[in-house]
Amino acid sequence: MKKQTSFSSLLRVLALAASASICAIGAASAHRMWITPSAFTLSGEEQWITVDGAISNDLFFANHVPLTSDALIVTRPDGQSGEIENAATGRFRTVFDVQLNQQGTYRIAETGALFFAEWQENGETQRRRGSLEQLRSGGVLAHDGVRLMRSARRVETYVTLGAPNETALRPTGQGLELRPLTHPNDIFAGEPARFVLLQNGEPAAGLQVEIVKGDDRYAEAVQSQTLTSAADGSISFTPQQVGRYWLASQAEGVAEMDGVPMRQLLTYTLTFEVVQP
Amino acid sequence: MRALVIAAGVLAAGAASADELRVEIELPRMSVAEYHRPYVALWIARPDQSVVSHLDVWYQQEDGPEGAGETWLVDIRQWWRRIGRTLELDTDGVSRPTRPPGQHTMSYQLPALPPGDYLLNVEAAREVGGRELIGVPFRVSSNRVVEASAQGENELGAINMRISR
Repeated sequence: MKKQTSFSSLLRVLALAASASICAIGAASAHRMWITPSAFTLSGEEQWITVDGAISNDLFFANHVPLTSDALIVTRPDGQSGEIENAATGRFRTVFDVQLNQQGTYRIAETGALFFAEWQENGETQRRRGSLEQLRSGGVLAHDGVRLMRSARRVETYVTLGAPNETALRPTGQGLELRPLTHPNDIFAGEPARFVLLQNGEPAAGLQVEIVKGDDRYAEAVQSQTLTSAADGSISFTPQQVGRYWLASQAEGVAEMDGVPMRQLLTYTLTFEVVQP
Repeated sequence: MRALVIAAGVLAAGAASADELRVEIELPRMSVAEYHRPYVALWIARPDQSVVSHLDVWYQQEDGPEGAGETWLVDIRQWWRRIGRTLELDTDGVSRPTRPPGQHTMSYQLPALPPGDYLLNVEAAREVGGRELIGVPFRVSSNRVVEASAQGENELGAINMRISR
């Protein structure tokens, strides 16, 4: 009789559960979560953009499941929250509009966390997922030997109207994030771009970062590279081709919430554009 | 005049006098079903593309049926990155309406350029058309007259420039 499930098998379970639902977790399931705007850089006094959010293998084709739309956050150039308009979730993608009526850089993110529980009952493995409160009120946390995992994500992109500014780039200090040293709307082919990976606001060393060029469905071999963050959390890369790119990283660890210890998986993804210098 | 004023400050050390820059630009006639006049920007840069002096930008200054003309300034990509996005277009005195195909001659007064290598950058972007950036290299040494030219391929034709002081 199976006594204990290893962490890696729990991860597999989570990946399976995720790919079957709308909470796929980045590289663990090879399904990629992304947000992509109709334009990354705009001019003029006021503009609108439309934004797609989806989880798919092909970048950036929405052909698998939509990103959830209940935790979309727009940070305006002055640091205040912006409005999401005309949000709708279809079969394969979530779509929404954002009015840009301030000059500067906007951060557009989808964030969220889901809890997974696994325990043995009468010789069978039981699994539930939901918010911590849902698991608690459902009595899940009371089971003997219950194993918990928290999966938190940040899926984001940046858009600039007029001259870029830094306010919306400030880290929130929560989960896995990327602090741009190169402005994310100022990434040019043949020029190095630098970022610092942060975990709960602190530089995260030794984490793998995957960078994939979009339109991979037309490539014989997927154009991707995997970097490892340095001791100061920094990564540097020089994209050679113009186009849209996807960057992703994950951190595994332990966490404690409301006195309950658990495994934790933090996921971060960024969509950015590389333009001609 | 903001860009020119900034350039004047940068160049003050070596500027004993003023230069007159004459530029001839040919906008090719296109045989296309849908033609829009190109947006064109002109500026002087160093070989590393750092900006010395912004000269001009031609764009649709009146709002049209398709919205504000400033919407497409971003399509003059290199200019937008280097200059446009931090420029106050309403007050800078260095912008004007788009121009039709043909030969155009402009004249600019600018602080005397210190000896060195430069580029006259001319960038054109056309709605439902292409984009082209031509850097005309030239060298300034002492007080001689400088002449240079280049030939565009798609959105720009011949470009001739002459600096006299």
